[in-house]
Amino acid sequence: MSSGELQDLYQEVVLEHSKRPRNFRVVEGANRQAAGHNPLCGDQLSVTLKLEGDVIRDIGFQGQGCAISRASASLMTGAVKDRTKAEAEALFEKVHALVTEGPESVDLEALGKLAVLSGVSEFPARVKCASLAWHTMRAALEGRDEAVSTE
Amino acid sequence: MSGFDVERVRRDFPILHQEVRGRPLVYLDSAATAQKPQAVIDAIVRFYQHDNANVHRGVHVLSERATEAYEGAREVVKDFLRARDSREIIFTRGTTEAINLVAQTYGRKHVGPGDEVLITQMEHHANIVPWRMLCEEKGATLRVIPVDDRGELVLDEVDALLTERTRILAVTHVSNALGTVNPVKELTRKAHAKGIPVLVDGAQSVTHFPVDVQDIGCDFYAFSGHKLFGPTGIGVLYGRLERLEPLPPYQGGGDMILSVTMEKVTYNRVPHRFEAGTQNLAGAVGLAAAIKYLEALGLDAVAEHDRALMAYATQALESVPGLRLVGTAREKAGVLSFTVEDIHPHDVGTILDREGICIRTGHHCAQPVMQHFKLPATARASLALYNTREDVDALVRGLHKVREVFG
Repeated sequence: MSSGELQDLYQEVVLEHSKRPRNFRVVEGANRQAAGHNPLCGDQLSVTLKLEGDVIRDIGFQGQGCAISRASASLMTGAVKDRTKAEAEALFEKVHALVTEGPESVDLEALGKLAVLSGVSEFPARVKCASLAWHTMRAALEGRDEAVSTE
Repeated sequence: MSGFDVERVRRDFPILHQEVRGRPLVYLDSAATAQKPQAVIDAIVRFYQHDNANVHRGVHVLSERATEAYEGAREVVKDFLRARDSREIIFTRGTTEAINLVAQTYGRKHVGPGDEVLITQMEHHANIVPWRMLCEEKGATLRVIPVDDRGELVLDEVDALLTERTRILAVTHVSNALGTVNPVKELTRKAHAKGIPVLVDGAQSVTHFPVDVQDIGCDFYAFSGHKLFGPTGIGVLYGRLERLEPLPPYQGGGDMILSVTMEKVTYNRVPHRFEAGTQNLAGAVGLAAAIKYLEALGLDAVAEHDRALMAYATQALESVPGLRLVGTAREKAGVLSFTVEDIHPHDVGTILDREGICIRTGHHCAQPVMQHFKLPATARASLALYNTREDVDALVRGLHKVREVFG
């Protein structure tokens, strides 16, 4: 039982993204940014993005964190690029439902690659790791430059 | 290890005998909080079932019994710390409150603008923040004894850091993040040579070896009940009588006064002056039961068990490929902090948890020392008298599993 849940959490794609995160950089010419912090573990992460009108033209992240937070951040940058603010927000809602309530609660197809985060729902202590990047992106989109916290 | 039978000890701790996640529980987080023997649980139940009443004021039989139990607990703590006088024992909520008490009484009285408070780089936040707050209030400066890469204090720098402006030295006996045992007797001698009082944070030490406050010579010593196999919400501040006598009260309320009129309050004697309001009576009773339990096992026998297990665990962890111990002081107690390759400690903790193994991950409320090692977090396994070599072996197997998952 336990090792099955571990395999669901640390799926190949998650491990691969945590080891080689995509868009692990500061976006050149970024016009929005925010910092995120999980005070429980000291993880810190920053998101920079370039917003053209309502569309996220480019997005990157930097910082340190566990495999779950890095993979979630990496997958997020791929998923929201060239999406509108509203689409990115809607995606966050779906990801949040996925990691808190599990795969039965959402349309997995609509989530694409992000569906690999479904294993997090079996690990309540790790939900904050998976959602840190998303909270930080939301703060950047809302133009809140202050640090966001998972607490 | 004559007379110390760890299997018999384990039978005294009911919580250890359960399965979690389908596996036998392996509890390696006693530095966060220790488990409680049946004797402590029974003492608390017995107090509430038979003796509960408020202390120091009732004329009735239950109040007499409760007072006897509470003041009896003070005697037990006095003997445990080898203090001279039970008036030197103040009950608090824990180590944190004990340190705050000193900062707010001794500190507010003696620390002024331009003065200095000296702590170390390896302190728990509980021995940093109260002093930082005091320094901000008073316009004083917080100075810090550095640590080296083994996680030992750089003792060569201590003399220069103890200046004519230093009003107190506050130092941990054992680092909760690294396990380092600090030479608190030597530090006290250095500070006293310049007339500077010393507070020792004993939260992580009293569980692992006998402590003699008169031998150390320190002015204040603080520890928590819950890390000493006692209940939460009870702790101790030891203070040398001549240090405590001139101090102003800490909190105001009942029991800390002799008389109150609207014009004038006469404060109670030490230690009651520092114990405002109804105290955690059952907590004190539970703490005394924990100390008696330890003393029945033999403090030296417990220390020998802990020392031997620590040596075994250190060697066992060093055999895990990619594992790096953080904190390799020559003298350590109870705590093994480590990283595994570049795998984040949270991932290590999650995988071990699925194997039924409880460890702590994070910064251990000691961020400044983490910054010294340039780490946001470590994994920490901590040992207690009920841990066995089998627990350590399970940890090592779990760590191999961690490496497997991360391929």
